[in-house]
Amino acid sequence: MSATTITTRINGREQTLRVDNAELLLDLLRDRGLTGAKPSCEMEVCGACTVQLDGLPVSACTTLAVELDGRSVETVEHLDAGGELHPVQQAFLERSALQCGFCTPGMVMTAKALLESNPQPTRDEVTHWLEGSICRCTGYEPIVDAVLTAAQKMAA
Amino acid sequence: MKVAGQSVPRVDGPAKVTGRARYALDLTVPGMTHGAVARSDRAHARILSVDTGEAEAVNGVLEVITGASLAPLDLRFGHVVRDHPALAVDRVLYHGEPVALVVAETRRAAERAARLVSVDYEDLPAVMDADEALGEGAPVLHPERIERTKDEGLDQGGEALVGNLCAAADFGWGDVDAALAAADLVLEGEYRYPMLYGYAMEPYNAIASFEEGSLVVYSTAQHPYMVREDLARIFALPLARVRVVVPYVGGGYGSKSYTKVEPLAALGAYVTGRPVRVALSVEESILTTRSDGARVRARSAFAADGTLLARDFDVVMDSGAYTDNSPVVCAKLANRCFGPYRIGAVRVRVRSAFTNTVPASSLRGFGAPQGNLAGELQMDDAADRLGIDALALRLKNVVRPGEEILPGKRGIDADLPADLDLLTTSLGWPNAPEGRGIGFGISASDAGAHPTSVAMVRLHADGSASAAVGATELGQGSRTVLSQILAEQLGLPMEKVAIVAADTGVTPYERTTGASRTTALVGRSLMAACADAKRRVAELAGEGAEFADAIKAFFGAGGEIIGVGAVRRHGEFRKMPPFWEIGCSGVVAAVDAETGRVRVEQLSTVGDVGFAINPALVHGQDLGAATMGLGAALSEQLVYDGQTLANPNVVDYRVPRCSDIPERLDQILAQRQDGIGPYGAKGAGEGTLNPVGAAVAAAVGRIVGRYPRELPLTPERVWRLAQTEDARV
Ligand code: FES
Ligand code: FES
Repeated sequence: MSATTITTRINGREQTLRVDNAELLLDLLRDRGLTGAKPSCEMEVCGACTVQLDGLPVSACTTLAVELDGRSVETVEHLDAGGELHPVQQAFLERSALQCGFCTPGMVMTAKALLESNPQPTRDEVTHWLEGSICRCTGYEPIVDAVLTAAQKMAA
Repeated sequence: MKVAGQSVPRVDGPAKVTGRARYALDLTVPGMTHGAVARSDRAHARILSVDTGEAEAVNGVLEVITGASLAPLDLRFGHVVRDHPALAVDRVLYHGEPVALVVAETRRAAERAARLVSVDYEDLPAVMDADEALGEGAPVLHPERIERTKDEGLDQGGEALVGNLCAAADFGWGDVDAALAAADLVLEGEYRYPMLYGYAMEPYNAIASFEEGSLVVYSTAQHPYMVREDLARIFALPLARVRVVVPYVGGGYGSKSYTKVEPLAALGAYVTGRPVRVALSVEESILTTRSDGARVRARSAFAADGTLLARDFDVVMDSGAYTDNSPVVCAKLANRCFGPYRIGAVRVRVRSAFTNTVPASSLRGFGAPQGNLAGELQMDDAADRLGIDALALRLKNVVRPGEEILPGKRGIDADLPADLDLLTTSLGWPNAPEGRGIGFGISASDAGAHPTSVAMVRLHADGSASAAVGATELGQGSRTVLSQILAEQLGLPMEKVAIVAADTGVTPYERTTGASRTTALVGRSLMAACADAKRRVAELAGEGAEFADAIKAFFGAGGEIIGVGAVRRHGEFRKMPPFWEIGCSGVVAAVDAETGRVRVEQLSTVGDVGFAINPALVHGQDLGAATMGLGAALSEQLVYDGQTLANPNVVDYRVPRCSDIPERLDQILAQRQDGIGPYGAKGAGEGTLNPVGAAVAAAVGRIVGRYPRELPLTPERVWRLAQTEDARV
């Protein structure tokens, strides 16, 4: 199987990697101990594997690892690198926006990407943005509340 | 009370929002290999031979294991009947059944090789429909019947099991035929509840290894102690040498109850001597377990004043290829179908049928939603026909606190009239907004399962305390609630307590984490363990002594004090069920006349939980369960196209999305401290789901003028219903 050498930034750290051309981004991350992004549907419908690629939310289950070349990926593990939880993470805790937690890393990354592109979304905009993220536990309402709470925190 | 009753933050919250919480799928063990499953592409066939040569030739493959290659091991598991082989031996009974396990150094090699396993089959006639399966001349799936495991909590007895009858429940009281003959109104109808997939987002997975004569398994099992029993029997190991460890679980909802992929991973480890992970895809998980679909024929007889005189239920469940949990679902469906009403005459017959489809097992609320659809819709229909308000009709017949609905069982430990009042007030019944319909209903589930729980509390020298319990954390918040109980009982702050959970090698026995039992039953065993620990402290250092001082005085240096507590079917837990789980839910819905699309605009639930030890967590359970109910009401169903599943993925099997959530949500708590659990608590987590299907159907029926009898209410189905000219039939 052919492989490619790529230069990429993973959670702020630049690295040069040799990756199999067929390797998925999700496997690359998880094989390196970054298990926050989860595999579930593996067909880009549930959002459990969401990470940010150059700031945009992508499904790592359907992104090839070679696409990282020259780009920068951020995963949920990086959000509290400064020692403090990200406002989105704080809001998820405050609003009880998780149960089993399996969808949570993907939800948090999706929400963070939304607030970076639209810092003051309406409830409808949040709902629309989260349409591609499944949560089987919570009934979504607390998650939408958490995103709106995070928007307030970030504005403050 | 200081901590109990407070919405304290989840103890697992920080780990889960940072992505650091460990699920079975996130673990690796040194030397781990990967297993992939080759599956049957026939619904019913004899295996003539399996050619593994090509698969073995794939680079990185260590072993290709077939059922036949494992003789003399007996590969069958099952908590009620041991009829489910981990790998098919000489026959396959459904499309998707595991026929071989490939173990390889990488997942990709294993998967590639699994596709190269080639099986020579001789096709057998298949039966795909439950009614047909019970009819004359149907091919029989299990010609040789295996004896039940004789587990007191699971063996529900019933009629002789012949042909494709997997299980049956049959009981009643009063003279049903006389009541039907004498009634002013008799309603009769046939209702259908679909087969469902739980879609816990973490698919089934496990890692197994043999270490120093013990089998160690990390898995997604809800009930690790039951899995331990199956594994011990397959490998002829003592229970003491099987350790099943369950880290955080990515959703359960009953779909992870009982044994799933653990035997496959363990067989791989047994043959190769290496640790083996088996991690299924979502599609494979759908091919592993679904819920029982049901066809329900129901008759209800009423007097002109609305008195419910008699109910007659005849139910056939489609239970799939193996027994799994269907006998228990069958018994529960029978107990839960006629509703919490005072009824002079009842006749219930439920039959569970084997078919050549994915085996059915447990799913949230099992048995209750299937029967509730028919039972509650007939209450609504009767109200219309008798010219009585649907709430008044229910209030007239519903049991009062303490009354029995099943002879000899625990009386109802809830105030249903008060719950109905709270619910209908929230819904604005009977005044639906223009063009909208209101639907609501109730249910009572004999919850708690067999009440066996053991807990151990350890008091440490620095004044902190930990507890070991067998309950799994599925997201319901068990570790948080149990921490609160521990803190409350010992007078400690939350920061000084910890829960160690779900490791059969370390934590004491726990029957299951299901039937909404953890808060009530594990909670009570934990309270008993705290009391035992405190008694020891008093013995060592006198009444009122601090336990840190007692430890120091007794040991001099180091040391700890251990207390144990148990709940068993004895004393106040003698009468079954340990508690009733009430469902009391309703909706306001609209129907798009052109497309038939149903939009639920309001969802109200009453959580009759006795006491909410953590109200935020109860809220989460109530909304989450009711949302699953909405999925079943509106879109979820597994559909067979001939002998194969047409929609084994989450695109075509549609679970609720963010935009499906009603604009108005009202989760009401009724706290009357009337439960057997700590501080008067009962269980939560299933109740609000159970009446949702019927409630949505009733709301739709009130809009289109005819009550639906089959879920889910897809746009097409609703549109057709609205076109029908007939009056309500
Ligand atoms: S696992 Fe990637 S979107 Fe579902
Ligand atoms: S918290 Fe379990 S899937 Fe969202």
